[in-house]
Amino acid sequence: MFKWLHPYAKPETVYHLCGRWYPWLMALALLLLLLGNIWGLAFTPPDYQQGDSYRIIHIHVPSAIMSMGSYSAMAIAAFIALVWQVKVAQWSVLAIAPIGAVYTAIALITGMAWGKPMWGTWWVWDARLTSELILLFLYLGVIALSGAFSDRQTGAKAASLLAVVGVINLPIIHFSVEWWNTLHQGASITKFAKPSIDPSMLWPLLISILAFKVLMLALLCLRLRTAILLNEQHRPWVKAMAGEE
Amino acid sequence: MVTLGVFIRRELRLLARQKADWLNPVLFFIIVLCLFPLGVGPEPNMLQLMAPGIVWIAALLSVLLAAERLFKDDFRNGVIEQLVAARQPLLSFVLAKLVTNWLSTGLPLVLLSPLVALLLNLQTPAFIAMLLTLLLGTPLLSLLSVMGAALTVSADKGGILLALLILPLYIPLLIFASAAMEAASMALPYHGQLAIMLAMLLFALALVPLAVLSALKLNVS
Amino acid sequence: MHFQSWSDFWAMGGYGLFVWLSFGITYALLVALIGYSHYQQRQFKRQLAQKLAREQRIKQYQEQTE
Repeated sequence: MFKWLHPYAKPETVYHLCGRWYPWLMALALLLLLLGNIWGLAFTPPDYQQGDSYRIIHIHVPSAIMSMGSYSAMAIAAFIALVWQVKVAQWSVLAIAPIGAVYTAIALITGMAWGKPMWGTWWVWDARLTSELILLFLYLGVIALSGAFSDRQTGAKAASLLAVVGVINLPIIHFSVEWWNTLHQGASITKFAKPSIDPSMLWPLLISILAFKVLMLALLCLRLRTAILLNEQHRPWVKAMAGEE
Repeated sequence: MVTLGVFIRRELRLLARQKADWLNPVLFFIIVLCLFPLGVGPEPNMLQLMAPGIVWIAALLSVLLAAERLFKDDFRNGVIEQLVAARQPLLSFVLAKLVTNWLSTGLPLVLLSPLVALLLNLQTPAFIAMLLTLLLGTPLLSLLSVMGAALTVSADKGGILLALLILPLYIPLLIFASAAMEAASMALPYHGQLAIMLAMLLFALALVPLAVLSALKLNVS
Repeated sequence: MHFQSWSDFWAMGGYGLFVWLSFGITYALLVALIGYSHYQQRQFKRQLAQKLAREQRIKQYQEQTE
């Protein structure tokens, strides 16, 4: 299996592969995003409790899911980078981190905009919101660390190490925040119970989740290509290609 | 074992000569504690209520302050480079750093806790809980801050970056330590919180030295 | 179609501000991310081409003077 995988660790191969996939992935992501969101916005019945405000779910839940999914993808890449010293994996850590940070920011902002009509305030120290905020800090830490070194390679390695440390800490942070939240449960906040979601609402949501996932892959392809060019700029294949263009 | 002893003696001698390295964070801790009553008002009840959070946030910040310079001098002198090249004694160097970092920043906080209890008007049960949480928690603070210092040792901009990296990792400790103190002040049992803190400490003790080792190595190469 | 009219659609049952605010910010952030990633790549490719052209010119100049 590893013999089959090995050529894919070569930067030149990855560069061309990403270049070939990127337009298709991007087109698919935008198509799915439009389909899921328009369906969710216009063609589903309103929630009987929350009215039309629940339609924020179609971006809040996908971005929240993919903010965590991006972190685990980043941590897996970081682990590969640290153990097998695969250069492409190092660069994909740096390529994923900004995507994950933007998704986390989206999840937080939409969570706040949903919380205002539902809870009455923009921000409550709810366990999930707090965890998401800490996740944003972890992403920002990885991004800041990768840019703090004069040597680009050291920055990438340090960021990989921090991503692995973060993913070990993430469950501990998550459960401690949840426990803290049950300890300090304010009486004013009535959490709505998780309703069993109607299939007519579920389909657009699933499509939107898939759209965010594909969009992340497309952006990863785009950003990874830039990272490969940046780090391999002295290699003959890059020079040959730049000469052609 | 022998190299560990040698390194610990070396670090202690360095600390004895550079007193500002460990005195300043301790002074910082006391000053932050004094600022809180000035900021929120001196009512004893309110201070008691806020004491867990105040004590632990001050402790986090003062340990962070001490961590910044931890590896800088050794890195500039080339000591770390030599040790990485020699391979063998790096682990004992890291362990010596951990032990002396706790001795110079964690232990003073534990010893100062009677004074803190006095300043914040804590009752005996809350004071004992604070002592226990500081005893269990400060080694974990040292471990994490040593890891942060090792990660950023060759970075161009140290201080603020270190805070951004390490403070989110301190959150579980902050939650459980202040919860234990709160429970103690309400005369509730707090063994559970202490047990979780001990578990986190042992877990970190097993993994953090490895992370520090690889962080130092990647900063040198 | 669930809504009766366009104005109904924009009002979102009274929650228009929050729904459109969150959708607007989301799309703005996504567009910014995509645009910035594209910009970075184009910028770097341009720099690389300039650098290569400069190297080429230096080489030509050296060959001429020799």
